[in-house]
Amino acid sequence: MDFAFMGQAFMTLIAGIPLTLQLAFSSVALGAVLALVLAAMRQSGILPLDWFARGYVFVFRGTPLLVQVFLIYYGLGQFRPTLQEWGLWTFFREPYWCALTALTLNTAAYASEIIRGGLQSVPHGQVEAARACGMPRGLLFRRIVFPIAVRQALPGYSNEIILMVKATSLASIITMMEVTGLAHKLISQTFRAIEVFVVAGAIYLLLNFAVTRIVMAVEHWLSPHLRPPPTPIATPPEAAHV
Amino acid sequence: MRILKVIGLALVGSALAMGSAQAQKKWETVKIATEGAYAPWNFSGPGGKLDGFEVELANDLCRRMGVKCEVVAQDWDGIIPALQAGKYDAIMAGMNVTPKRMEAIQFSRVYAASPHGFGVLKSSPLAKLAGTGEVYHLERDAAQAQTTIDAWKPLLKGKTIGVQGSTVNSAFIEKHFKGVAEIREYKTTEQHDLDLAAGRLDAIFAGHSALAATAEKPEFKDMTIAGAGVSGDVLGAGVAVGLRKGDTELKAMFDKAINEAIADGGLAKLTAKWFTVKMTPQT
Amino acid sequence: MQPLGFFEIMGFGPRGWGAAMLLAALMTVGVSVCGFLAGAVIGTGVAAMKLSRSRIARVVADTYTTVLRGVPDLLVIYLFYFGGSLALSAVGRWFGADGFIGLPAFATGAIAIGVVSGAYQAEVLRGAYQALSRGELEAARAVGMSRGLMFRRIVAPQVLRYAIPGLGNVWQLVLKESALISVTGLVELLRQSQIGSGSTRQPFTFFLTAAALYLVITTVSTYAFQWAETRSMRGVRRA
Repeated sequence: MDFAFMGQAFMTLIAGIPLTLQLAFSSVALGAVLALVLAAMRQSGILPLDWFARGYVFVFRGTPLLVQVFLIYYGLGQFRPTLQEWGLWTFFREPYWCALTALTLNTAAYASEIIRGGLQSVPHGQVEAARACGMPRGLLFRRIVFPIAVRQALPGYSNEIILMVKATSLASIITMMEVTGLAHKLISQTFRAIEVFVVAGAIYLLLNFAVTRIVMAVEHWLSPHLRPPPTPIATPPEAAHV
Repeated sequence: MRILKVIGLALVGSALAMGSAQAQKKWETVKIATEGAYAPWNFSGPGGKLDGFEVELANDLCRRMGVKCEVVAQDWDGIIPALQAGKYDAIMAGMNVTPKRMEAIQFSRVYAASPHGFGVLKSSPLAKLAGTGEVYHLERDAAQAQTTIDAWKPLLKGKTIGVQGSTVNSAFIEKHFKGVAEIREYKTTEQHDLDLAAGRLDAIFAGHSALAATAEKPEFKDMTIAGAGVSGDVLGAGVAVGLRKGDTELKAMFDKAINEAIADGGLAKLTAKWFTVKMTPQT
Repeated sequence: MQPLGFFEIMGFGPRGWGAAMLLAALMTVGVSVCGFLAGAVIGTGVAAMKLSRSRIARVVADTYTTVLRGVPDLLVIYLFYFGGSLALSAVGRWFGADGFIGLPAFATGAIAIGVVSGAYQAEVLRGAYQALSRGELEAARAVGMSRGLMFRRIVAPQVLRYAIPGLGNVWQLVLKESALISVTGLVELLRQSQIGSGSTRQPFTFFLTAAALYLVITTVSTYAFQWAETRSMRGVRRA
């Protein structure tokens, strides 16, 4: 291991961090909106909407993200004339938008399930109690359902954000020069694959460490009633979110 | 602790000794890597079956060297690191000899050479790039080459050019068009072909041999080679077998086999079978 | 020459890619199964370390899962691909073997998947172990069961029962991750689709078919895991 070289590699690769973070956070934010819509469709009780959301989640969770990226980027390229007619080509022409689309559609499928889990975790008694007090539906959602659901869903969502930071590395395959893309370029100039990949891995680890800390801080902030616990509450072990 | 150190040193020493004793390895099988996505040099059929000029040439050279040959596919951007990591013993993947690559690996003698140039859609304004049909050597015809490149620059200003990453083509475009045009690097030439056809790229820069082969396909009939062909300088000194630096014996074997193939016309026959442009290097 | 239609490309005729795609799908399943099993072995070991009383073992195991879950799988696979045979060759040289020892793409892929999924499986198994009822373990100890017997009769069957849903999730992950193995040159489903789209210039057709085949595989395995879950829960009283 040549540490001087790894230092240089680090300096080269950090130039890709802004794009990596931009892709990760834009897709998580857009994906969250879409996920809310999907979760609402699942909970709506209207069969066609429910089926659509189910199908969506099934397809996007059942296929590899890399296949989705290829399908959206190269696959849609096959239909340029049609897309041009619809005025969508300027959008799908850019690798950035294709990568963002694929990441967003993918994360929305996973996130909608996390949100649904959060919504279902709201104790029925609390909703009934609120109704008994005569709370209108909007207020009930804002004051009771939403805060509880968000707290419940947050650990799962933190995993999802980490997965998205990791997933942005696939954008390098469609010419995006984020951290992994720059790593490939550096390897092509230096032919030193292992050192460069180790440095790239370390960068992702740092990013994810930061993400974990931020989410933990948010979680702490959102649960004042849980700290300091008078008696330690035995929480069931968090099942690995995958 | 001292004893442990001594034992450790002894072990290392004996391992080194054994290593050097067996350094004169007899080559019985040679594993050769190719990309499998660079028609007509090398490409993959259904099931990943490799075919193309270099696959046939590899088998022919192995026959001449009296060794068993195994040709494997390897992604282009890892092809040199994986050679160094010992995944295989040689590279035959349309790889040009360049000083930069010589720092990492060594090359056999050159077995093919073709100029490089732009591929564009026939309908594009770039189809009128200067010098179509001409071939300039960047060092021998330096003046003409420079005039031609300068004439290309205004036309390509602000356009998007696709190249395969880690290639002589990307080196050339970086050197002459960085800041002029937007450069996008692809994993394979097949991918930038698709993106040229899809209209995401205004031009691609690749070997004439590969561009000509692509333009012959029915799906790519509106693609054409535009502008003069260029060679030399960063574009390299021709295509050769890439080998690890230590394997001098293997290099000698490949050199001898390629010279034989040039002398008895075997190479010319393969070239004529796979390429529409003249490829055999001068002896 | 007319560009081929969907059924001609994906058919089984002389110019069809149907057989090749199905074979590649089998390869995907094969490399995933091997990777999953390798991950089960690694995951069990790591879970045991996480639960052990040794501080060092816990730190090592936690570092392992943290690193593996924080680094993109694509990078892990690349590292294994390039680093694996260098490390093997170094080890080989100690034993006097000369030159390079290569790992076939299949083995590299399966091991890389195993190492990544091992980190996830360790978490699942640890969670399942902690869900065991303390009382049962105490009871087993009280009747004088040896540790081995206790593991075999009490711990292993129940951990497996609780872990099935989580392991099902990891399996789905492994299946999708196997697509990344395409970068090592192993001709699995995604690699085959790339080859096909490069050769026929019809990327949409190939990637859509690949997506459909992945869906078939994930659906079948979802049902398999559901069946296993129901079966393993036969003896459990539902609340």
